[in-house]
Amino acid sequence: MNNWDWSAVADFMPAFWDGLLVTLQVLVLGSLLSFSLGLVWAIGYRGPRWVRWPVNLFTEFIRNTPLLVQLFFFFFVLPEWGVQAPALTTGTLAIGLHYSTYTAQVYRAGIDAVPAGQWEAATALSLPASRTWFAVILPQAIRRIVPALGNYVISMLKDTPLLMAIGVLEMLQQARLASAHSFQYAEPLTVVGVAFILIAYPASLLMRALERRLVR
Amino acid sequence: MTAGLWTNWIIPGIWITIQLTVYSAALAAVVAFGIGIARTHHSRVVRFLAAFYTEVFRGTSALVLMFWLFFVMPGLFGWALVPMWAAVLALGLSYGAYGAEVVRGALNSVAPAQREAGVALSFTPWQRMRLILLPQAVPEMIPPFNNLLIELLKGTALVSLLGVADTSFSAYLVRLATQESVEIYSVTLVIYFVIAFVLTRGMRVLERKTKAGIGITAGAAGAGGTR
Repeated sequence: MNNWDWSAVADFMPAFWDGLLVTLQVLVLGSLLSFSLGLVWAIGYRGPRWVRWPVNLFTEFIRNTPLLVQLFFFFFVLPEWGVQAPALTTGTLAIGLHYSTYTAQVYRAGIDAVPAGQWEAATALSLPASRTWFAVILPQAIRRIVPALGNYVISMLKDTPLLMAIGVLEMLQQARLASAHSFQYAEPLTVVGVAFILIAYPASLLMRALERRLVR
Repeated sequence: MTAGLWTNWIIPGIWITIQLTVYSAALAAVVAFGIGIARTHHSRVVRFLAAFYTEVFRGTSALVLMFWLFFVMPGLFGWALVPMWAAVLALGLSYGAYGAEVVRGALNSVAPAQREAGVALSFTPWQRMRLILLPQAVPEMIPPFNNLLIELLKGTALVSLLGVADTSFSAYLVRLATQESVEIYSVTLVIYFVIAFVLTRGMRVLERKTKAGIGITAGAAGAGGTR
């Protein structure tokens, strides 16, 4: 451990903050996308058979294949289909889509946990489908699933470095550029590794606390 | 795609992916049982160290860990790893940390009376673990382990960023050669999906076997059986 150089850490910090900002941007937008798409899949799971079956197949396929390959797929294929998007947008879309298949499972579990009597009551009151979902079922389901969704946000955070593969300037890519520039590999990569732990650990403590409060 | 691309790149790539999955899963299983059992140890120091390990390795990103092992360790400690083993180490250590939580949860879910019965029969701690706790805990672990195994399989794709010629890497080469992105990347996704499907089937069989070992048949398996 004799060749650790603190000045290399100092040199890397400005690029690190830029990278952190991009990482958080991907995380926030990716989470929002996965929360909303996941809800669409979860409602699809409860639909008639011709909806349920394709939705199941599609989400199982996305969930069981690597995010990295999906990133490359979108990165190379979207331009061929005539969609020119910056790498950051492509990456956020891919990560949001990938995680929506996980949040869909969370929603499904949360929706299944709502007692059947609630559905029956909504039917008895002849509420329209949209009111049943948004006024009766989801408010009860969401409460139980917040911690589980939060845990997937943390997982997503740990998957954001994959976006460096398509050239997004998030933390890991910034570290790689800095080390290629200065030939000091140890410091930037270690800073990034520690940064992930420093963000993920308090976040997971928070989720555990939420779980104790909300899920009873 | 021509036959040459298949035999020279894609098939060897699939083989590398399978090897990576098997080696990393083996390492992860050792870590998971070691750390998971340590987390139920009676000494507070052992429990703390094991918890520290899980938090650190669950907290960091597998890709960052992989890069760190590959690029930083040689400089700091003076020994270098070939990319393949850096990848196995990174995947095994981080998924082992996730697995340790599964092992701990399953061990804690065994009824306390079972452990007390072991004490009453004056079993040694190791006999208690081997003969009483693990046989009842292992079937509970299989469904979450299956999920982790699929995550691990997906994680092996990261090694292509270190230049290991796995399935994803061969897909990249084939794309460069043929310029047909849709075709090769769709094929690659299907390959991973098929491997994941086979792994899931295998784990179902394993679950039935371990359950049968402690006298639970598939019909009476209850909630743990379907996932």
